Amino acid sequence: MLKVARNPDPVPSRRAFLGGAAVASGALVIGFTLAPARQARAAAGGPDLAAMPAQPNAFVRIAADDTVTVVIKHLDMGQGNTTGLATILADELDADWSTVRTSFAPADAALYNNFAFGPVQGTGGSTAIANSWYQLRKAGAAARAMLVAAAAERWTVPAAEITVETGTLRHAASNRQGRFGAFAEAAAAQPVPAEPKLKDPSQWRLIGAKVGRLDSLSKTDGSALYSLDIRRPGQVTAVVAHAPRFGGVVKQVDDRAARAVTGVLDVVTIPTGVAVIARDTWSAMKGREALTVTWDDRAAETRSSDALMAEYRERVKTPGLVAAQRGDAAGAIAGSAQVLEAEFTFPYLAHAAMEPLNATIERAADGTYDVFAGCQLQTIEQAVVAATLGVTTDKVRLHTQWAGGSFGRRATPSADYFAETAAIVKATGGKAPVHLVWTREDDMAGGFYRPMVVHRMRAGLDAKGAITGWEHRVVGKSIMIGTAFETMLVKDGVDATSVEGASDTPYALPAYRFEVHNTREGVPVLWWRSVGHTHTAQAMEVFIDELAHAAKVDPVAYRLGLLKAAPRLSATLTLAAEKAGWGGNASEKGRGVGVAAHESFGSYVAMVADVTAKDGKVKVNRIVAAVDVGIAVNPDIIRAQVEGAVGFALSSVLRNRITLKDGVVQEKNFDAYEPTRMSEMPVVEVHIVPSGAAPTGIGEPGVPVLAPAISNAVFAATGQRLRSLPLDLSGLKGA
Amino acid sequence: MQKLTVDGVTHEVEADPDVPLLWVLRDRLDMTGTKYGCGIAQCGACTVHLDGQPVRSCQTRLGDIGTAQVTTIAGVSGPVAEAVRTAWRSLDVVQCGYCQSGQMMSAIGLLSGTPKPTDADIDGAMDGNVCRCGTYQRIRAAIHEASRILA
Repeated sequence: MLKVARNPDPVPSRRAFLGGAAVASGALVIGFTLAPARQARAAAGGPDLAAMPAQPNAFVRIAADDTVTVVIKHLDMGQGNTTGLATILADELDADWSTVRTSFAPADAALYNNFAFGPVQGTGGSTAIANSWYQLRKAGAAARAMLVAAAAERWTVPAAEITVETGTLRHAASNRQGRFGAFAEAAAAQPVPAEPKLKDPSQWRLIGAKVGRLDSLSKTDGSALYSLDIRRPGQVTAVVAHAPRFGGVVKQVDDRAARAVTGVLDVVTIPTGVAVIARDTWSAMKGREALTVTWDDRAAETRSSDALMAEYRERVKTPGLVAAQRGDAAGAIAGSAQVLEAEFTFPYLAHAAMEPLNATIERAADGTYDVFAGCQLQTIEQAVVAATLGVTTDKVRLHTQWAGGSFGRRATPSADYFAETAAIVKATGGKAPVHLVWTREDDMAGGFYRPMVVHRMRAGLDAKGAITGWEHRVVGKSIMIGTAFETMLVKDGVDATSVEGASDTPYALPAYRFEVHNTREGVPVLWWRSVGHTHTAQAMEVFIDELAHAAKVDPVAYRLGLLKAAPRLSATLTLAAEKAGWGGNASEKGRGVGVAAHESFGSYVAMVADVTAKDGKVKVNRIVAAVDVGIAVNPDIIRAQVEGAVGFALSSVLRNRITLKDGVVQEKNFDAYEPTRMSEMPVVEVHIVPSGAAPTGIGEPGVPVLAPAISNAVFAATGQRLRSLPLDLSGLKGA
Repeated sequence: MQKLTVDGVTHEVEADPDVPLLWVLRDRLDMTGTKYGCGIAQCGACTVHLDGQPVRSCQTRLGDIGTAQVTTIAGVSGPVAEAVRTAWRSLDVVQCGYCQSGQMMSAIGLLSGTPKPTDADIDGAMDGNVCRCGTYQRIRAAIHEASRILA
């Protein structure tokens, strides 16, 4: 049996300064509903948040050794939000950055909910910085005021005469000073100011500056703990045989050979398959190979993705649910000088984060449970684990770990792999902590893909090249229907995430009609880094490019002409074009430059791609990006997120697709679903638009514009219009 | 019982000789700095050194190691390793960080044999290491930076 207990309790110690935040006993059940989208979205970064009282106790602890620990209510899956959130609080606190640490918050929706998600604690939609902006500034400012009050009492001087700089309190007139740690305990006894004075932006020292990532050290010496690294005393490892087809269930199990494998301890049937429990991962995997399971596929999805796509392409020709309309688009198009039509298809995509899905659940002696995982929707995960184990949510403690990527996959509305771990704990009576490991194959074939989608569009141009009308249909499976987020994001059958980035286009269209068809196949779908924008940006930005060429207008100038009411997107596009030297002479044969601009999650991104298309291959040479994310809290992390978005999304532009044959996923590892590699990575330049607006997010917005910028560059290079993703390069032979 | 020297410490390991070194490190020795990513040598997250040479530990059987010295991200040392760590930190290469143990072990292997690598050398040595966060631009810059530190 394994025997290491080296994980310190990641739950914040409650001894240190600013006391203990009470752990609320949430009574949420799985069937809860969320706040209406409009209200929740308006709240993010808006005046409601600015008016909330300061909560320093929930977000900062200062220890006698001067360390300042910022409590992080979000998951950091690589996007660097621990550093960003700590920056916001530390700046208002005037902390010494070298003493700043972070700690992931426990599950507590009352204290740590994401304001963009209503009553739910969770991370997604590029909201971490935006929804925390006022909350953490106020917490930092309040803690600073409490330290000052404590020093004023001790020194018997007016608080107004005390200055704070880099973790040191100072009273110049009496020549006294002291570090934060010396006043931490006394400060905790001070009243919390409800409305502490926030800094003027001119006083910021950390916000907008280059501060090093707080996780760089532990992630470069092997010491950072991801949830796959959790080793609880007495822990056993479980690997699950899942049905090969979505919706399949266990019919019969012969586990005799599996039980004979050295190291295998038990085999149990659970709702999602057959779990092999062993003393270590290798033994569990060998045990699973030795299992013979017969599956009942009567309720399973048995169609191939090719067949589903053929159905989609028929359906897109028929009227759907109306998502948005204005005027008589069909009539306007009918009377046009030119009519353009286009169809775009998109495959299922797997998230394929580097750390495969996993979780560990341990039963404590008192019948409560500790969950160790890359928790991304804490409120739902806690509720699902509690429901599966038959306890109330206050009996389930979550310990959020560093996540080795997610791209959306760890935030599943059904908390699928949490539920699976809990089911194994239940089936084994909680005898030993269960460490569930999904292999790469489990992770990739496990569903919850970016939906397969078809777009079909028609637009008319008048004799001068101006758009007269725009018709647009989207076919695909809704991400939100059937989840706890349905009431928040689905209206009259239209899932906002199916058409976001299209039906709310900032381009001035005199008449338009956007329609949606919700498909119902048994393949589970999920948000994938930038959600609906993963396909809508390609459809919109490639089709706009086609219209620009049909109108014989420069693609940048054409867009700017349609974006007069969208000044931030215009300015971002203008900056990218300027930095890329847009409008220069065409270079060598087979080389071309393309542009795209798109708003997502309240952030604005434009990219200019420089590509070489020849011998049936596309090589992306350079990407020049401009971004407007409001106030740039950590400019270097913003640049890193855009660079990373390019590296992440490039393989989905060039080759990635998940396909099903008779219901069985065909791509199960990186050989068949190959991520971008070093030699393919273009040079990426990122320019940040200066802004005084409240900060928005950048985890996702770099992704949507890459594909259309590359597609439009391929057109410039070859004269061939590739619309669907991944780009079908077979048509480029000899280019 | 087999003797296995990892990061300078010799362990007695009782395991099937077919068990991949990756799982011996992670599950028997609880040395979790070396990561599991794919299990089929397609991603490089599990890269360690055997007598200084980068290998994929998911494809290295315990029984094939013999007396070779195993070095992991937690124990790798010397001027090249220090230069790589310094460069990785000063350029803030990491995002999720999960692949970076393997990336750094490959980079240390490259720089140990080729102190002044060209971009083509970097492509050749690093193409087997996947980063889904897409940190390649900074990895490349950090390898060049480490090369400058070593010069």
